[in-house]
Amino acid sequence: MNYLIGAFKPACNISITFADGKNRKQISIEPVLGKKVEHNGVKIELLGQIEMYFDRGNFYDFTSLVRELDVPGEIYERKTYPFEFSTVEMPYETYNGVNVRLRYVLKVTVSRGYGGSVVEYQDFVVRNYTPPPSINNSIKMEVGIEDCLHIEFEYNKSKYHLKDVIIGKIYFLLVRIKIKNMDLEIRRRESTGSGANTHVETETLAKFELMDGAPVRGESIPIRLFLSPYELTPTHRNINNKFSVKYYLNLVLVDEEDRRYFKQQEITIYRLQENS
Amino acid sequence: MMVDGVEDEEKWLAAGIAGLQQNAFYMHRALDSNNLRDALKYSAQMLSELRTSKLSPQKYYQLYMRAFDELRKLEMFFKEETRRGCSIIDLYELVQHAGNILPRLYLLCTVGSVYIKSKEAPAKDVLKDLVEMCRGIQHPVRGLFLRSYLSQISRDKLPDIGSEYEGDADTVNDAMEFVLQNFTEMNKLWVRMQHQGPAREKDKREKERSELRDLVGKNLHVLSQIEGVDLDTYKETVLPRVLEQVVNCKDEIAQCYLMDCIIQVFPDEYHLQTLEILLGAFPQLQPSVDIKTVLSRLMERLSNYAASSTEVLPEFLQVEAFSKLNNAIGKVIEAQADMPILGAVTLYSSLLTFTLHVHPDRLDYADQVLGACVKKLSGEGKLEDNRATKQIVALLSAPLDKYNDIVTVLKLSNYPSVMEYVDSETNKVMAMVIIQSIMKNNTQISTADKVGALFELIKGLIRDLDGAAHDQVDEDDFKEEQNSVARLIQMLQNDDTEEMFKIICTVRKHILTGGPKRLPFTVPPLVFSSLKLVRQLQGPEENPFGEEGSTTPKKVFQLLNQTIETLYGVPAPELALRLYLQCAEAANDSDLEPVAYEFFTQAYILYEEEISDSRAQVTAIHLIIGTLQRMHVFGVENRDTLTHKATGYSAKLLKKPDQCRAVYACSHLFWVDDQDNMKDGERKLCIVCSNTWPVQSISILGWCLPTHMDDISY
Repeated sequence: MNYLIGAFKPACNISITFADGKNRKQISIEPVLGKKVEHNGVKIELLGQIEMYFDRGNFYDFTSLVRELDVPGEIYERKTYPFEFSTVEMPYETYNGVNVRLRYVLKVTVSRGYGGSVVEYQDFVVRNYTPPPSINNSIKMEVGIEDCLHIEFEYNKSKYHLKDVIIGKIYFLLVRIKIKNMDLEIRRRESTGSGANTHVETETLAKFELMDGAPVRGESIPIRLFLSPYELTPTHRNINNKFSVKYYLNLVLVDEEDRRYFKQQEITIYRLQENS
Repeated sequence: MMVDGVEDEEKWLAAGIAGLQQNAFYMHRALDSNNLRDALKYSAQMLSELRTSKLSPQKYYQLYMRAFDELRKLEMFFKEETRRGCSIIDLYELVQHAGNILPRLYLLCTVGSVYIKSKEAPAKDVLKDLVEMCRGIQHPVRGLFLRSYLSQISRDKLPDIGSEYEGDADTVNDAMEFVLQNFTEMNKLWVRMQHQGPAREKDKREKERSELRDLVGKNLHVLSQIEGVDLDTYKETVLPRVLEQVVNCKDEIAQCYLMDCIIQVFPDEYHLQTLEILLGAFPQLQPSVDIKTVLSRLMERLSNYAASSTEVLPEFLQVEAFSKLNNAIGKVIEAQADMPILGAVTLYSSLLTFTLHVHPDRLDYADQVLGACVKKLSGEGKLEDNRATKQIVALLSAPLDKYNDIVTVLKLSNYPSVMEYVDSETNKVMAMVIIQSIMKNNTQISTADKVGALFELIKGLIRDLDGAAHDQVDEDDFKEEQNSVARLIQMLQNDDTEEMFKIICTVRKHILTGGPKRLPFTVPPLVFSSLKLVRQLQGPEENPFGEEGSTTPKKVFQLLNQTIETLYGVPAPELALRLYLQCAEAANDSDLEPVAYEFFTQAYILYEEEISDSRAQVTAIHLIIGTLQRMHVFGVENRDTLTHKATGYSAKLLKKPDQCRAVYACSHLFWVDDQDNMKDGERKLCIVCSNTWPVQSISILGWCLPTHMDDISY
């Protein structure tokens, strides 16, 4: 079916333009004719779609809205169809990950019996903003290995927005190993699927050096890590029961023999509603 | 192994410089095209060369200096960027995006400098942030250089009073806090180096530490330059905080260097006023710290301060500087029981110098110091350490230099006691110093007691001390020493004849212990001093009472006779002979015929029995004749006897020409002005002449005669 369409060249070109880039869209479609196109109807669909890359492309539409733009007929010349999807529920934001992506797309279909329907897609990005969280406790914890290394770390919040700064400190209570340096990593863990079919991909998005050299007991090392330079997304929890994206701060200490000591701590990342 | 290490280091340094220069090149391109992003990228890469662990401090410094120069250009660029509309606050954040901490912090300090200059934030806030963030570098060498960079770029931007960055009421405090914190962290890093690495490389580590010490000390210098730090602030905050760090770090190298630094960097006036606090720190230092050197330097500084102007002297009294220092030194010496004697003596030497400068009139203070030194020395026995003896010489010379008067010095009751503890060589050295002082200052030593004390003090020159190596004395040195003693004897003078005689007796007593080698030097001046006394006694002012036991020329001559006798043992017969003749002459002037006769007798005995060399005989006989000729005290008999003997000796001289000359010299003995019956002696002479020396006689006579033309008959 597909290559037949290709053999005949697209019957018409469809372009979708957005007049308004926010939640409500008003789009005009202009099919341009090479020659007269006979069709069985023109429709536009707004789809919210989760696509798993494994399992040979597993699509799941969580949102599907359709607007009929035209009844079956003929198109001789350039024709513009305005449309509007208003009050669409877009509960999840666009996400492009390793094993999964969540996309929003407008799909225009010019149905034809033979020669195949002409379909045109237009992706658009959805971003969901949240206000500052009402409760945002700091993370403070004491960890260690007995007789070896004992630290207390503190991060000023547990929930950070995408342009936030992680401020904190690492306090050394006991140091019996020869530390070379200390980094703070930001790791993203993307888990897709469920049950026996769960795939987890972990990526280190940031490696930020906190300390160079060997501290002694009583030293307090400051943390100031700006999140803006890194390609982060908000935390996604159990999106449509299909996938989750979580973020972790991983504190890593490396000793002279390149042994790594680490402590991972989950943080929540959100997209802050900017008050303009 | 060592050579390889150095070669490797050269390689690493070269590689580091190459990397740095390459990135600097790209950075310059970015600067020229106003490309901030690339400027940051390449500067961060450039600064990454400083992350190396492979270089020793000296080589790291070379790398650092190049980076420093490049960062100046970057700083200018940042300043330009802000003029072009870039927000300094954004820039401050932007540089913190760098992933590696060392480049990040260098860039942050550089931006911080521009930030402060822009005055968009108070200097204190930026400085506080920078000094805090630098804690991320815990590696000693890298941390020291980074903080040194911070110190350098912040020096002219401290919120000092009167500076353009001055803040609110607390501004000086903020400036101080910043510097103190940087100092504390730097010292911690510096001390940490001591314990890193294997034990066998300790020397290497300590050498490297020594190379880095000025980075730490610089902070103290900065503190001293803060205008707002006045005496009160120094006393209340700066000094206690610095001392706290110095004491608590418990590191010998740091403590020694930093105590010295404090003393050198802050004004003397401050030290005086905080003397108690400062001295209080010393006992708290590690036992291995070379406290003596530091304390000595402190006292030296204070001595110079005292010497600089008399106006400051009351301050010294007001703070009771002497007693505080004295106590402190006492405590230190007590606490460090196994301090080598050199240390203790150095301390006392410095304290003495201090005392002499500050309290020149308090001989009791000086004596106290000497007393304490004696006490310490008494536990040690004779000194072996060369340096220690040098210090003792310095100690003993100090009061001499100050008072320029040995008499004053002798008032210090402990002074001779200190001399007891030096070996004979040092005693001699010291004795020479003393004599030179006396001669330079023309010191009058006018009582027998003082003379006695003086000679006791310089006994190393006067006699052989126990354990002295007699054979190893250099001839020239010995001569010089004894000549000095001789000169000293000549200088002793008192117009009171009684006292003078006592002085002479005292000197005699001492020099007679000198042994045969010394007597030829010391006896003559004593003899002449005695003769001078005799002349004084003859003077117009005769003692009208002629008291029993008072000094008379006769007594002096008696003493002289006994003194000259000692030369027999040397043996020095020629010298003795000359001295006898001198005495005879003096006796002549005193109208003491028997005494004069006795002296001649002694001289003749010497001539007959001791002088055997022909040339010596010639000299001697002419001396005898010359002296005899001047004598007028003798009666006819005595004169005859002496004359005949002289003539007899003359005739028996070994060589004929000598005989001739001696005999005609004797002719003068027969001709004495104002004496009637002397003239016929010439006849005798002529007969003698013509009988014994027919050939030469004519020429001899020709020579003789012109003097008595009128009275001679052929």
